[in-house]
Amino acid sequence: MRHISIEPPPFFHRGPSPLTRLAFFGLLSLALLFADTRYRYLENVRQVVAVALYPLQRAVQFPGEALGYLGTYFASQQTLASDNAAVRQQLLAQAPAVQGFPLLEQENARLRALLGMAARFPETATAAEVLYSGRDPFSQKLFVDKGDVAGVQIGQAVIDEIGVVGQVTRVFPYMSEVTLVTDKDHAVPVKVERSGLRSVMYGAGTGRLPELRFLSPNTNAEIQPGDRLVTSGIDGTYPAGLAVAQVTSVERETGQVFARVTCKPLAGVERDGQVLILSRAAVSLPRPDEPTEADAPRKGRGRRRG
Amino acid sequence: MAQLSPFAAARPDEILLPAKPWFVLFTLVCGLVANTLPVSGVALLLKPDFLALMLLYWCIQEPRLIGVGIAWCVGLLMDVTDATVFGQHALAYAVLAYAAEYFRRRVLRFPLWQQAAQVAVLLLACSALVLVIRVVGGAPTPRWTYAVGPLVGAVLWPLITVVLQGPQRPRRPAER
Repeated sequence: MRHISIEPPPFFHRGPSPLTRLAFFGLLSLALLFADTRYRYLENVRQVVAVALYPLQRAVQFPGEALGYLGTYFASQQTLASDNAAVRQQLLAQAPAVQGFPLLEQENARLRALLGMAARFPETATAAEVLYSGRDPFSQKLFVDKGDVAGVQIGQAVIDEIGVVGQVTRVFPYMSEVTLVTDKDHAVPVKVERSGLRSVMYGAGTGRLPELRFLSPNTNAEIQPGDRLVTSGIDGTYPAGLAVAQVTSVERETGQVFARVTCKPLAGVERDGQVLILSRAAVSLPRPDEPTEADAPRKGRGRRRG
Repeated sequence: MAQLSPFAAARPDEILLPAKPWFVLFTLVCGLVANTLPVSGVALLLKPDFLALMLLYWCIQEPRLIGVGIAWCVGLLMDVTDATVFGQHALAYAVLAYAAEYFRRRVLRFPLWQQAAQVAVLLLACSALVLVIRVVGGAPTPRWTYAVGPLVGAVLWPLITVVLQGPQRPRRPAER
């Protein structure tokens, strides 16, 4: 007969008491929390564990992918035909713009040359598939299936067919983590497409709409609900001119220093399947030197004028 | 003697076979996998922390096999999968395992649906701990829907108990 699962009486030696163990592991976790948030010592450990877990994550994807594959395999003739027609129509609709593009590009290059500006780096991009979205309700993150091996780097912008999704914040060998523009305090430098007004869009976290901060309430005509926001490109992370969001409301309260502007991301930030990782734009110009003490004699005195 | 139903939990006087370590490991891996399932919308809202549920089950049923230490290690894996700060799930799971070890005799005395109520409290406490760590770290406070996941987990408790106890029920015809 097999032995029966009954606890031994407590006078047998059973190692340290649960409370001791809890205290030990509790302190260890607090130390880890501190080391990870303050100093980021543990990124290497994270990399190793992430690689070990990767096969498991792919395995989870498999049933869904297989189902999707079967679904498309058995798609009816009619769906395919109608899809084809729609795509053809779309192609036709875009034809004028596409045909005009080389001309515009040449013209643009000439104008830029005239202005003496550096030509924009021809951008390459990596297509990636979304593995899963972080389960964490506190942060807005995606995991995509291209990583270090595919040449992805931290800080690259991620877009979908409509607009900006976010940027790469962590790179593992076979996957990378993308922080969405809706993540709390994720900042994207934007400008209003219609008026050229520049601002910064800050994510507000799960379930809340991002907002533009530090806009003066006097900018009456320059921003209105319905305006499209595009990247301004001044941060060197996001190339200029990508669609980001649409303004949903502008509240101007006379008592406030800044207007309260909320906007809605355009890209399918929370429901994408495929995304594009843009390579870094041209090597950004070196930062100007920090002003030395002699240059800034009255530092911290008086109000800064901007 | 009363009939032992395979569709109800073992009564306190029913003696179960010991759980096999590989089976425990398998269920924990399943919990981890279930946590990484790509879901969104309402499903994401309802999704309980399966791994915490599995850990809680085994800490209550087999405290000699799974304890604070293993719960802590599993929590670290969860931190990597979720890309959250290291130590956050580890701490929450270690505390959960300790609470399970402390309350297990009381929990096991009750019928399943009353166990579920107590499990709800434990799971809520576990996610409240994660919440505190996150908010201290500067995250925004989530909405009240944050509490839905643990409650769904508690609702699943009777089902999980019955399913996971299956391999441990003695085979009656063979032994009598």
